Amino acid sequence: MEAYLDNSATTGCLDRVRDVVVKTMMEDFGNPSSKHLKGVQAERYVRESREAIAKTMKVKEQEIFFTSGGTESDNWALIGAAMAKKRQGNHIITTAVEHAAVLQPALFLKEQGFRVTFLPVDRYGRIRLSELENALDEDTILVSVMYVNNEIGAREPLDAVRTMMKKKAPRALLHTDAIQAYGKYRIYPKREGIDLLSVSGHKIHGPKGTGFLYVDEHVNIRPLILGGGQQKGMRSGTDNVPGIAGLGEAARAAYEDFPEKQAYLYELKAHFMEGLAALPDVVPNSLPGEEGAPHIVSASFRGVRSEVLLHALEEKGIYVSSGSACSSNKKLPVSTVLKEIGLEKELLDATLRFSFSTFTTREELDYCLDALKELLPLLRRFSRH
Amino acid sequence: MFFKSFLIKYGEIGIKGKNRYLFEDALVKQIRHALKHVEGEFTVRKEQGRIFAESQGDFDFEEAVEALQRVFGIVGICPVLECDDLPVEELAVTAIDYMNEVYPEGEYTFKVNARRTRKSYPMDSMELNSFLGEKILDAFPKTSVDVHNPQILLNVEIRERIYIYSKIIPGPGGMPVGTNGKCMLLLSGGIDSPVAGYMIAKRGVKLDAVYFHAPPYTSERAKQKVIDLARIVSRYSGPINLHVVNFTDIQLAIYEKCPHEELTIIMRRYMMRIAEHFAVATKSAGLITGESIGQVASQTIQSLAATNEVCTLPVFRPLIAFDKQDIVDIALKIGTYDTSIQPYEDCCTIFVAKHPVTKPNRNIIRRDEEKLALVIEELLQKAIETTETIWIEEER
Repeated sequence: MEAYLDNSATTGCLDRVRDVVVKTMMEDFGNPSSKHLKGVQAERYVRESREAIAKTMKVKEQEIFFTSGGTESDNWALIGAAMAKKRQGNHIITTAVEHAAVLQPALFLKEQGFRVTFLPVDRYGRIRLSELENALDEDTILVSVMYVNNEIGAREPLDAVRTMMKKKAPRALLHTDAIQAYGKYRIYPKREGIDLLSVSGHKIHGPKGTGFLYVDEHVNIRPLILGGGQQKGMRSGTDNVPGIAGLGEAARAAYEDFPEKQAYLYELKAHFMEGLAALPDVVPNSLPGEEGAPHIVSASFRGVRSEVLLHALEEKGIYVSSGSACSSNKKLPVSTVLKEIGLEKELLDATLRFSFSTFTTREELDYCLDALKELLPLLRRFSRH
Repeated sequence: MFFKSFLIKYGEIGIKGKNRYLFEDALVKQIRHALKHVEGEFTVRKEQGRIFAESQGDFDFEEAVEALQRVFGIVGICPVLECDDLPVEELAVTAIDYMNEVYPEGEYTFKVNARRTRKSYPMDSMELNSFLGEKILDAFPKTSVDVHNPQILLNVEIRERIYIYSKIIPGPGGMPVGTNGKCMLLLSGGIDSPVAGYMIAKRGVKLDAVYFHAPPYTSERAKQKVIDLARIVSRYSGPINLHVVNFTDIQLAIYEKCPHEELTIIMRRYMMRIAEHFAVATKSAGLITGESIGQVASQTIQSLAATNEVCTLPVFRPLIAFDKQDIVDIALKIGTYDTSIQPYEDCCTIFVAKHPVTKPNRNIIRRDEEKLALVIEELLQKAIETTETIWIEEER
């Protein structure tokens, strides 16, 4: 049996996504910028994809800009917004548990002279609103808070963030890294007051190397990729037609039968967390039910090195992620997220992330739980001293 | 393309007496193999105690030199201008062309070193030296002749054809691979063992290798890293048969039954036994390790003695007296360093005692090893049977 439980790392491609990717590579391979028929045909795919995506969030299609993926979207949102608003202020707020695609640009902006605040989080990865309130000031131009944490599935209180921003820094922009959230939640940026939102294609059964940034039509950010002026000059470069078409198809699919799918993921999570709770010396780092993301469960296994457990599961065809790099190698930093939530030292290197998709089955989870039941005592017997 | 051929200089082969042709033939074979993947067509031939690699048309000069620099046995690589028989006046013009092309700055001291093996040529060596020297002096007014310590020694050889060369690009030295049998390298993912393999291969020894894999404690990536290292070493040594042994059960048995401070020593004794098994089975005449005295607890003289005694084949440890930095320098030179420092655990670091023995008493080790008596034969058998053998061959 095989159980792929690493859907937050990446997902398999849908057949219908593959079909449209192949079609736009082999048949309708034109360049949307060309004036002839081939170009027009290709352009149709881009337009339809943009429409489909806009519809999933009830936004306008001209607010969707295609990128090379989540990392580019995050980089663009932070740096593009900071550059556009630098005359208005100098302060940027983000969280200590963001993905590197946000943390690194934030550190880059700090180097460039911006003041950057990294908000601390609680035991389950959620920012403390009091800290945000203290940090927000007249000088704040951008707040970037992820929708769902990629390592432990924490759901950040974005509504409260927006409310607080309205009071204390009404002109600041709100960006959210929704890479682990898009397709798992209904996200309506207009309703939630989100100005910028990053999405990646391969986390929702689309192709790798695809993604988009939603930019509210009233918001002005600087383009980072300059060139031939594609996408209204905001993101130059020949449109990645196969990728864009595939992404659109994946987005469409993600929101078909959405309530059923979401409920199914919550069921899987509840079932899996229940199974984990029955095992001795397992500490969950994710919150149950709707308090946390429906598809991510992080847990620490006392007395077991995560990397060894990961490879032992791998031998049984079960694929998961380790929450941190192996601590025997000092060159690799352990996960900042796990440190930030204040996980005890012995557990930092004993943490795994299990992440599901709608293709995950209950049987696979049971198989994984059985494997854990068998492996944990064995591995604990041979622990390093 | 100015140069069409290389004159290959080799060192120690010259003193091999009656076996000399064996070494020369091996070197020719290795050179042909090395040039096979270089852009261009080459013929490699042996001629009166020298080897020529001649291109048939255009070729990538840098790539060819790089490939030749990896062939053990080559001491020097001379890009040579080869021409048909020429009368002396035209020879002088050609020599001037050569100097102009190779040393365009035109300011140097030089000496002509002519050799005439074809006695029918109208000038002898002495006459050629002064004749060509004068012509070059005339052509490049800023040059001068220095017979004792010239910056440029221009060699002109009059054979069936005429050869002009002056530059000698250093080769790696050593002896052609395959002229000194085969050995089994104990290859880990570290810095030392690939260097040890390289050094022994340089003495003309073909390599096979054995790697001890311990899933789930070591990952697929750790194994891939070792394959990558073997591939880099094989650019010098030629193809390597890599035996990947699943060592986990043996390691766990040692962990359960033997004193923890002796884990590493006992583990290494079993590694040596398994390596020797494969060496004998595949006709390797010795084992190679990357050990260096005192580097870690398992490499003290006493520890080395304790691991050494389980083998009957000779164990070659070319790094035995090397400092770490010297080993790193070679690893950098041969291109294994960047791969070696990738951070994946190898099986030696999984269960390390806090205070491993540094002066193991062999009688005690032997006695403690007895504790494995009930299970070890079966475990060894299984490890050997499940070993995966991977053929590693790299385009040079």
